Amino acid sequence: MQTAISITTSARAMDMLRRRVLGAYLEEARSECLRYMRAPGFMLPIMLFPAMFYLLFGVLMATSNGAEAARYLLASYGVFGVMSPGLFGFGVSLALERDGGLLTFKRALPMPPGAYLLGKMLMAMAAAGVVILLLLTMALTLGHVSLSLAQAGALLLAGMLGVLPFCALGMYVGTLIKGQGAPGMLQLIYLPMSFMSGLWFPLPMLPKFLQQIAPVWPSYHLDMLALAAVGMKQGPLLVHVLVLIGFAVSFLLLAARRLRRHG
Amino acid sequence: MSQSIDPIARLDGAVKRYGRLVALDGAELQLRRGELLALLGPNGAGKSTAISLLLGLIRAEAGSVELFGQDPQRIQARRRIGVMLQNAELPPTLRVGELLRLTASYYPAPRALAETAELAGIADLLKRPYAKLSGGQQRRVQFALALCGRPELLFLDEPTVGMDIEARQKLWAAIRQLIAEGCSVLLTTHYLEEAEALADRVCVMAHGRMIHEGTVEELRARVALKRIRCLSALPIDTVRSWPQVSEVRRENERLHISTAEAEAVVRRLLEADPQLAGLEVQRAGLAEAFTELTRDADEAADVDQREAA
Repeated sequence: MQTAISITTSARAMDMLRRRVLGAYLEEARSECLRYMRAPGFMLPIMLFPAMFYLLFGVLMATSNGAEAARYLLASYGVFGVMSPGLFGFGVSLALERDGGLLTFKRALPMPPGAYLLGKMLMAMAAAGVVILLLLTMALTLGHVSLSLAQAGALLLAGMLGVLPFCALGMYVGTLIKGQGAPGMLQLIYLPMSFMSGLWFPLPMLPKFLQQIAPVWPSYHLDMLALAAVGMKQGPLLVHVLVLIGFAVSFLLLAARRLRRHG
Repeated sequence: MSQSIDPIARLDGAVKRYGRLVALDGAELQLRRGELLALLGPNGAGKSTAISLLLGLIRAEAGSVELFGQDPQRIQARRRIGVMLQNAELPPTLRVGELLRLTASYYPAPRALAETAELAGIADLLKRPYAKLSGGQQRRVQFALALCGRPELLFLDEPTVGMDIEARQKLWAAIRQLIAEGCSVLLTTHYLEEAEALADRVCVMAHGRMIHEGTVEELRARVALKRIRCLSALPIDTVRSWPQVSEVRRENERLHISTAEAEAVVRRLLEADPQLAGLEVQRAGLAEAFTELTRDADEAADVDQREAA
């Protein structure tokens, strides 16, 4: 009798604890969103930079090439835009928080380790969503691109999920470099990778060698998905999805290992 | 029954190096339930490394580290602690109430928000953004975050830095209240009067080791000594042979004598050397005991190095 009671109480305690842990995840995500919404100076440039790029190169410069060009560029600049909140939103904030001691404090506390990452992930996904919506608005109005609702939705989905591999990459860089050095390092990854995976100019316009190595870059694979979303690519997509998942998981594991060992 | 005797936090022969620098060199520490242990030591003595090990932030290269009998890197062990670190830049745009709510969410059975705020004396700050607070107010908020989870063990790393005297005494009162409720505290501080006011036991560190451990009274007894300084040509060996003198050394012309019976020694000094001048007698405080302890350790470390070389 005694043991039966203690088992039910401990089961209830476990259940209670599980609910508390879930609560910690929610609180962490809520705080992360609150703090960046109150300090728009950090996320706003990250979101507006790619939108401005699309406006200049995808809309204003591409008008002579017609709506098809604008549609093509919507996909590839969409990818370019989504990479930014992933790499910078995640990487820079992690690097700064490691520098300022906040991460150390959180690691000393019984914070569920996933909660910290989930909060940042949700923030990056929201920012990626905003970027795609901005680009869609420009493409549909200024660029005279016509898209079905399903196509626009598919592009939004590709963007919001496609940000995750770049979160993982940004996180890994954030664990390597502390503080103010991170933005520069991330630019060195962001801009050349975008160029070499054909996000600024279509791949066939690039040198043969760059065309051949393009599948190395995760942005190339996300671009394929984005092009398919706006109806500019046929053929199997699963391989691109798998490459992106593999990329995300490997960098997440690398980063998690470094965080556990070095903080 | 044995549970109450087992230490709730323990370092046993812990070693930690950073490159060639040995931060901890076989550190021993035992924290018992319900006590406040003050960890003292000069900068670079290894206090922060010891704390980091107990918090599971880093791993020891040798020796063992336990928190409630578990590896501190296990979250189950850390659910029972509260932490106040020396420098943690909390999110500047979050309000104090939001920070408390977030931190409390990590714990299985946290205090009510109002109770935490009351204990830490920040009830009037709950709606304010963290960045808008003064340094002393920020420290109080950090203290509130440390106690909000109803911890059994509090880590307080230099808790009163940047506080004025009144705020410091309020914090001390809050710490005493927590201890009265059965909470244990590991305190690191530069302020010896803080250790004197709060600690049941003190542990002095130097060069990555514990060089003295005992009650505050024991440390004070070590320093019931008085210091005599004077200009005298008396041979150092003569003075050393007097029974009341526990230590003597010469710096240039000046004799430095430590003794428990200053009056007797001064009388003898004046008899032995009519030319004696510049006589000073001083009572050694905790601060001096501490300096003396760490200086001894410095000298020992120097000797070790010379022997090694």
